Amino acid sequence: MSAATTAEPAFVAKTKAGRVTDFVDSRVGGSGILREFGRKVFPDHWSFMFGEVALYSFVILLLSGTFLTFFFDPSMAETHYDGSYVPLKGVEMSVAYSSSLDISFDIRGGLFMRQVHHWAALLFVASIAVHMLRVFFTGAFRKPREMNWVVGSVLLILAMAAGFTGYSLPDDLLSGNGLRIIDGVIKSIPIVGTYISFFLFGGEFPGTAIISRLYMLHILLVPALILLMIVLHLFMVVVHKHTQYPGPGRNDNNVVGYPLGPVYAAKAGGFFFIVFGVLALMAGFFTINPIWNYGPYDPSPVSAGTQPDWYIGFVDGALRLMPGVINGFHFEYVIFGFTLTLNVLLPALVPAGILFTVMFMYPWIERWITKDDREHHVLDRPRNAPTRTAIGMAGFVWYCVMWAAAGSDLIATHFHVSLNDVTYWLRTLFFIGPIIAFIVTKRVALALQRKDREIALHGRETGRIVRLPHGEFIEVHAPLDEYKRYKLVGFESPKVLPAEPNEHGVVTGKEKRRAFLSKWFFEDRVAPATPAELEAAHGHGHAAVEASEDSKSLTH
Amino acid sequence: MKALSQKRRHPLAAVALLLMGLLVMGGLYAVATTVNEAKASTTSYSANDTEEGGKLFAANCATCHGMGASGTQAGPSLVGVGAAAVDFQVGTGRMPMQMNGPQAMEKPAQFNDEQTHQLAAYVASLGAGPAVPEEGLLDEGGDAAAGGELFRTNCAMCHNAAAAGGALTRGKFAPALADVSGKHIYEAMVTGPQNMPVFSDTNITPEGKRDVITFLKQIESTGSPGGADLGSLGPVAEGLFVWVAGLGVIIAFTIWLTSRTS
Repeated sequence: MSAATTAEPAFVAKTKAGRVTDFVDSRVGGSGILREFGRKVFPDHWSFMFGEVALYSFVILLLSGTFLTFFFDPSMAETHYDGSYVPLKGVEMSVAYSSSLDISFDIRGGLFMRQVHHWAALLFVASIAVHMLRVFFTGAFRKPREMNWVVGSVLLILAMAAGFTGYSLPDDLLSGNGLRIIDGVIKSIPIVGTYISFFLFGGEFPGTAIISRLYMLHILLVPALILLMIVLHLFMVVVHKHTQYPGPGRNDNNVVGYPLGPVYAAKAGGFFFIVFGVLALMAGFFTINPIWNYGPYDPSPVSAGTQPDWYIGFVDGALRLMPGVINGFHFEYVIFGFTLTLNVLLPALVPAGILFTVMFMYPWIERWITKDDREHHVLDRPRNAPTRTAIGMAGFVWYCVMWAAAGSDLIATHFHVSLNDVTYWLRTLFFIGPIIAFIVTKRVALALQRKDREIALHGRETGRIVRLPHGEFIEVHAPLDEYKRYKLVGFESPKVLPAEPNEHGVVTGKEKRRAFLSKWFFEDRVAPATPAELEAAHGHGHAAVEASEDSKSLTH
Repeated sequence: MKALSQKRRHPLAAVALLLMGLLVMGGLYAVATTVNEAKASTTSYSANDTEEGGKLFAANCATCHGMGASGTQAGPSLVGVGAAAVDFQVGTGRMPMQMNGPQAMEKPAQFNDEQTHQLAAYVASLGAGPAVPEEGLLDEGGDAAAGGELFRTNCAMCHNAAAAGGALTRGKFAPALADVSGKHIYEAMVTGPQNMPVFSDTNITPEGKRDVITFLKQIESTGSPGGADLGSLGPVAEGLFVWVAGLGVIIAFTIWLTSRTS
């Protein structure tokens, strides 16, 4: 209709709504935008919705966070608490902590909003993590989406930064202990560490500046950067179009799914309220971060069970796993009067550094090994990329070992085992866990591929046992329908790409390394059943099922 | 004076001096420890209590602690541990110990109040030690805020700021303090059971101990203002909850939203 309106200047809408729409449309071209976006097709799959969960959590964070800023005072000035929580009455504390307590006990709806905000923060990072795992294991980071993978990774780091700066704001004992650890980590950086720490805290820890500084980062810089990255991320999603799972009629040149308008938009809009509802229920019924339990921050007390929120947990866990001394070998040296504490520096920065570096680089690593420069819009089933899946699981297990280590004390108390044993086991798993995960995952993926191939070629087992006239028992296999079979055979299985000479006819060392990795990736590939194989097996099987006299073919 | 200066080079002079020094030190130590003792033996035990307690002890405790509570390789000497230690260990069921392990576990008490009283009388008769505290120190009438500060400074590093308990080395642990009676909390502070340090009256005054008890009872009765407390275990429990329950429910919704009507 709008296209028609621009063509006929004399058009006058009949209704009031129509006139308003026409007014807007003739100025900003809204209908064109709407038509373009409304026709955007999104494939429907539950695993595609975690990005949405993250986006909605972020919106909820903005809303609840705005409410909290009305009442939170980030000052580290000292005061005596005079609110309604009796066990802290008259206790000396910072204004920041006091105002957080007031939000919790004396402002209507304050505790609920605080809990919504904190639960939403945990869900925000968790949904980003799950979203990234989905993207990784389905190979959605491949061309043309490498840059969007990087933007997403930046978003993960920003989300962690937002979480950590927020976690520290109430200035309670728990968050203060967390800041103390961060201060220790910063100070362990050779030469510049102390300077950075003093710069950040405005003097010796804890100083009187850190809360207001973190507050500015938390409500201004970090959310602005997140917003910017979200815009970039979504822009690229629109440009690239959404990926889809393999299936009949789906290829790299189309997207099969529902258009955004009206069904998908309604679903997505409704989903926002579902996420909001789930978070509101959690906030209403489950305590999160009971700051009144922890008391005001004071550098001397440390509470048992002090942990960071889950997304920083793996760094805390790595710190817990690091031994101070191994068989008399110390990790702390004094060189020219400078103390080098490797027992803090190594665990705090190296595992996280490795994880994030590999995460950022992975699309290019795989691209280099496979020399695959084509666009991919159809996803891989994880089993059909066994080595990638195995690498992902190795990283995942490595992360989880460190993550579990952050709760080592709770594992010890709740399962009645020795804290030392938990630490020894996790230290062992830190090194061999990823290797075991790699081997097991790869074998499982290959086995599933072989099973798929078997089913594609010979049909599925029906469980129907038939006794043949000469006494033999056989199980009847039923052929798959074409749609199901497509899923089992319609995938790419890259082959090993041997080293190739460059334009000068030289096989470079780098190329040899690439060829070695290519072999490592693909040497034990399971090829999808080819049409010829299918034809052979199919004809074979059919004849067998229909005319069950032929016992030999049935026993395949 | 002359006699003293003449004899100062006597071969036994050094021995005599050492003896004098030891006597002075010993005397001072004895005075210091009695000053430090928690209102020792103000409760009076009858001779009958002590006698009955001795019988109970011989039948139930002597296997490990030895006849006369002088200790064996399996259990320490109980001379001088005081009635408070017996009242705590036996009253909370930790003693008699069910089995060897990193530390004695709490279990339903094996002796009734009278028997516990008799055992305490017997052990108290062996040597001076902390007595069972008086009611006035346990009445939860102290200052909860001051108790909270004492608790965070002295107790929270093992027992957790919310008194939810925490891990120690090699399978030992500091238990959660909910549902522990004020008397047992007080006794634990003065006797230092298991791995717990002793908090003497000079370290935390009896009034301070009363404040700690008041604080613990207050946070227990206040409950959790924000809803279910997830065990008061901090961010690990919260993280587990958001991953399992939060994401679980949301995944269920995503599956529902993307399912096709058939």
